[in-house]
Amino acid sequence: MTKTTMTVNGKPVAAETEGRTLLSAYLREGLGLTGTHIGCDTSQCGACVVHVDGKAVKSCSVFAQDVEGADVKTIEGMANPDGSLSVIQQAFQDNHGLQCGFCTPGMVMSSAALLAENANPTETEVRHYLEGNICRCTGYHNIVKAVMATSGQTVPAE
Amino acid sequence: MYNFDLIKPKTLADAVAAMGDGAQALSGGQTLLPTMKQRLADPGTLVSLTGIPELQGVCQGDGGIIIGGATPHAVVAKEALKYYPALAALAGQIGDPAVRNRGTIGGSIANNDPSACYPAAALGSGAIIQTNAREIAADDYFLGMFETALDDGEIVTAVKFPVPQVAAYIKFVQPASRFALVGVFVAKFADGVRVAITGASNNGVFRWSEAEAALSANFTPDAIAGLTLPADDMIADLHGSADYRAHLCGVMTKRAVIAAG
Repeated sequence: MTKTTMTVNGKPVAAETEGRTLLSAYLREGLGLTGTHIGCDTSQCGACVVHVDGKAVKSCSVFAQDVEGADVKTIEGMANPDGSLSVIQQAFQDNHGLQCGFCTPGMVMSSAALLAENANPTETEVRHYLEGNICRCTGYHNIVKAVMATSGQTVPAE
Repeated sequence: MYNFDLIKPKTLADAVAAMGDGAQALSGGQTLLPTMKQRLADPGTLVSLTGIPELQGVCQGDGGIIIGGATPHAVVAKEALKYYPALAALAGQIGDPAVRNRGTIGGSIANNDPSACYPAAALGSGAIIQTNAREIAADDYFLGMFETALDDGEIVTAVKFPVPQVAAYIKFVQPASRFALVGVFVAKFADGVRVAITGASNNGVFRWSEAEAALSANFTPDAIAGLTLPADDMIADLHGSADYRAHLCGVMTKRAVIAAG
């Protein structure tokens, strides 16, 4: 075991790791940040998406030691400093962009990465960007609506 | 997953020195990690290539463009756009955005998955694979399914692409994995056309020489209307039979010619 340090949600953190410790396990088991969900553990579902140095990555498919020293942001870092929901989280709530909620952390992190790159995506661009995030409640339309609403746009009703 | 030691060198020289017995290079890991989770690979040491600045980036040089071996797909999709749009478009269609932020060109080329996209671009462009030891022409590099000319411990440091007059990559996506069920890269150079096909053959990426000859004489979809590929060596799985893949090769080649213009 070796001590691996990084910055998570703006705070310096450290936890014991083996070579094989995944970033998802580091966050959940090492730091107790269980907002990052593990769905498939095979990089298909996107529930574990976090930002590493500003880029969305699937934390189940990255070794913790390989991102030592990185600046990591998880769903726990998305709320406003006063604890209220961020614009994007509020938009998911307002648009019923979640049902069971399991995929939501990954959906929010992927959506935030998209909006950081492209502040006014088209509906098609949103759907393409979220193709690595699976919602087994199949609530995609409201998720897309939430992302569009965050960027100040509306989606026509089905 | 079996445990291992992870080493993260900062220079290529240190990485090469670390590639001893039982060591495996780790680039983006988007194939290697799932493989290790299934215990299909058991390296004693992983040598991460993601912290080496000299393996990163896209630049012009040698009459084409040079892409560092550890450059992620997302960076190629953006930075190669102005030099080689067909290559940038290919990179932007691999996996999904999070996978593209980690997966690298060198990792894809070194793995040589029979359904991966980059081998089609490298072979279709007549690229040069640069390693820590030598340069290998793409025609001599891809040896079969998951087989390349790389020696043990050899690291892909860059891929050099000549830039064709026009080119396009069209893939028929396997919708769950977004790998190519069949993908065709067509590139028209002053001295002829190259056609490379991925996803179809049990031997991995290959050139379709009959289509190349026909398209070199007449770069239109009609030029290959009568051509077919034998289904004997084609991949057959639950996503598509060998006959279906052989058929798709022709269809995707025509579409690529149309897209290339």
